[in-house]
Amino acid sequence: MGTPVLLCVAALIAAAVAAPLVQLVLRVAAGDAATITAVILRPRTLDLLLTTVTLTAAVAGGALVLGVATAWALSAVALPLRALWRIVACLPLAVPSFVAAFAWTSAIPGLSGPVPLAIVLVLATAPYVTVPTMAAFARVDHAVMDAARSLGHSPVRAFLSTMLPQVMPAALAGTLLVALYTLSDFGAPALLRVDTLTTGIYAQFTGGLDRSLSAAMALVLAALALLCVAAEALARRRASRGRPTASAPRAPMRPGRRIGALLMLGLGAVAAASVLLPPAALLVRVPSAGRYAADASELAGAALSTVGVGAAAAVLTVAASLPIAWLAARHRTRVVAVVESVTYLGHAIPGLVVALALVALTLAIAPGAYQGLAALLAAYVILFLPKAVGSSRAAIAAVSPALDDAARTLGDGPWRLWWRLSLPAAAPGVLAGGVLVMVSAMKELPATLMLRPIGFDTLATELWGMTSLGAHGAAALPALLLIAVGIVPAAAMARSLETRKVPR
Amino acid sequence: MTRFRAAAGALALAVVGALALTSCAASAPAGSTPDASTPTAAPSEESTLVVYSGRDEKLVAPLIETFEAESGITVDVRYAGSTELAAQLLEEGERTPAQVFLSQDSGSLGALAAAGRLSTLPKEVTSAVPAAYTSTDGSWVGLTGRARVIAYDSQAYTADQVPGDVWELLKPEWNGKVAIAPSNASFQAFVTAMRVDEGEDRAREWLTGLVANGAKIYAKNGEILEAVNTGAVGVGLINHYYWARSEQDPTTLRAQLKFGDPGSISALVNVTGAGILTGAENSTAAQKLVQYLVSNDAQTYFAEQTYEYPLVAGVPSPAGVPPLSELGGPDVDLSNLSSVTETAALITSVGLL
Repeated sequence: MGTPVLLCVAALIAAAVAAPLVQLVLRVAAGDAATITAVILRPRTLDLLLTTVTLTAAVAGGALVLGVATAWALSAVALPLRALWRIVACLPLAVPSFVAAFAWTSAIPGLSGPVPLAIVLVLATAPYVTVPTMAAFARVDHAVMDAARSLGHSPVRAFLSTMLPQVMPAALAGTLLVALYTLSDFGAPALLRVDTLTTGIYAQFTGGLDRSLSAAMALVLAALALLCVAAEALARRRASRGRPTASAPRAPMRPGRRIGALLMLGLGAVAAASVLLPPAALLVRVPSAGRYAADASELAGAALSTVGVGAAAAVLTVAASLPIAWLAARHRTRVVAVVESVTYLGHAIPGLVVALALVALTLAIAPGAYQGLAALLAAYVILFLPKAVGSSRAAIAAVSPALDDAARTLGDGPWRLWWRLSLPAAAPGVLAGGVLVMVSAMKELPATLMLRPIGFDTLATELWGMTSLGAHGAAALPALLLIAVGIVPAAAMARSLETRKVPR
Repeated sequence: MTRFRAAAGALALAVVGALALTSCAASAPAGSTPDASTPTAAPSEESTLVVYSGRDEKLVAPLIETFEAESGITVDVRYAGSTELAAQLLEEGERTPAQVFLSQDSGSLGALAAAGRLSTLPKEVTSAVPAAYTSTDGSWVGLTGRARVIAYDSQAYTADQVPGDVWELLKPEWNGKVAIAPSNASFQAFVTAMRVDEGEDRAREWLTGLVANGAKIYAKNGEILEAVNTGAVGVGLINHYYWARSEQDPTTLRAQLKFGDPGSISALVNVTGAGILTGAENSTAAQKLVQYLVSNDAQTYFAEQTYEYPLVAGVPSPAGVPPLSELGGPDVDLSNLSSVTETAALITSVGLL
């Protein structure tokens, strides 16, 4: 099938994704070297770096443990209302971390600091681990576990030595997303008053006139993110030795009454903290909106805009991800590997920095697109491409190549074949990626603030505007709406997980 | 297979629908996206105007709407922070779609004027405001005054316990109890005023003293007020009107205000202002808007709705706060506050940015 053509397309997309980083490097290089070195090496940058690294490690570790534990409980144990729990486990995706942080500070005035922030972020990002790990548990080979048990290993030890390694690649891929999310998160650290590299860059960007300084700090952040990507690739290579051969799905084990209750309690507590408390705390705050209460039409407009750009971003991003994902799944050459890792750049550079670069790029290349919807959508595609590529790649890889061969013998051309057979078979996974992009785009804040067309408000920008006025009561309603518009896609993703498990 | 077709069809529909929706929502700006070829060539009556506002939408939008209704001119406003917009205007240069810049502080306006990005305003605009509150070269005009104040937690302190002098905040008893917003334009303008009034070294001393005394850093004035009001922090440096125009009746708030000692830098009154960008100097629409902002109607709006001090003579002061004349602001030339780059560098070097 037209691999060279696809490779060209994929390379072009990768180049577009890399453009902001290139612009950033050029900008820093053009600045005054002494000032820039001073900014990078000063104690504050090092402080921010330390906070950021510690926070990211804590959140990634926490989300990994919570995500794997949740996925195990929902896959291997026959709990009552299992289908409902699976959906609930996905729902935190609908609660943006800054909305959660805002809700927690509403509930507990004065709440701030790294520990609450880490907790909020773990609760908000655990689904990034839970969802792929749940899928991986569905495919594990139970025979190895049985073998280990028959050799006299305890259940826990047998699990750790046989089952865990099989789901680790999926869990680590999710953990990478968690780490990158934490690195680039802006709203939650800002609201809980923890200075990270991202909030530091934003402060320097909004508070300083010399933008090469914020660009220099952004380079440090981008380097850190690339390090995470590399570390995950290394860990995944180690973990994935010996590919699991799918065995017959096994009926989930029936837990004892006490263990079952304990698991339910744990899942319930996590769900309450991540999904129930934020909207409840916001609801309590709504009546105090007072004089800044937004009028209904304004909010409705912002909600429509949010859903609109989210959907458009999802479709564009999925379209851009397909050539890369297909190559990565089927023709994994060295060149393809490079192209694929370049697409991770978007996730590595915070939205704010992509936006900053896009302002300069559009002004230089396409002034007509400046402050247009196209530039905003381009930023979303760059930022969220890795999510789509990851899902699409896994989905395409799961489709047997034999399907292609079989169809070829029937005389179908390669494109037609791909369109009629491979894509439909991979569609649920591809769509799940699209949903993930949509949810992410709808809650994106810093890039949206900078690139949105004049007069264009999303729920996230409305909320941000209210908090900057100190109108925390009026901010509650857009925050609630933001959760509401995210619930449908998040639940849809949970459903798609369910259906993907059932062989059709 | 047919199922997939249907899904693909639905997806395509969704995209078209989504794009239509978003373009509807953004239709106002779409119509006014700057036509790069003819920015301001025609000095005749334009029907649209692009404004960058460093002032919050909730505060300014009603006024802009009244102006639109009265003049028949459609105004598109981009809202963001003042320093941020100043940096953006510098970056956009000649290509900027903006014709008018509304700023939260005089520093951002001064920085743009220093870079040659502001055109000279007509005399009848600049003369509407006392010389102390506007630019000396006519590049921008002051619109409203805002006093720097110390908001305090009235459940923890009485008004007498709260200092009227910002230098007192460096004392040990205030350790870890002071909130500041170093990236905010108003805080920066205050630091600039201190640099100009008391000298570079004193300003550095004050900032390092704040850092050493464990000052808590916030991103925004609104967040500081919220923190003081919930008792999360003892005192915070903000502008008076954040309190005066809060969601609830300010006198019932837990956060109350202490005005600075008259005559000292602590009593600084900074101004918001407006300027017309170079390239739009012939725009009558831009001039009409700026003229409108210094009219009695607009000034009364500011006093009554945003609780800022009107600068045009004869317009009554806002309710609930002492009049401008009693504040005793220090003798600082506000058009001298353009050295925001140096201020940002100073704040950066003490590690607050």
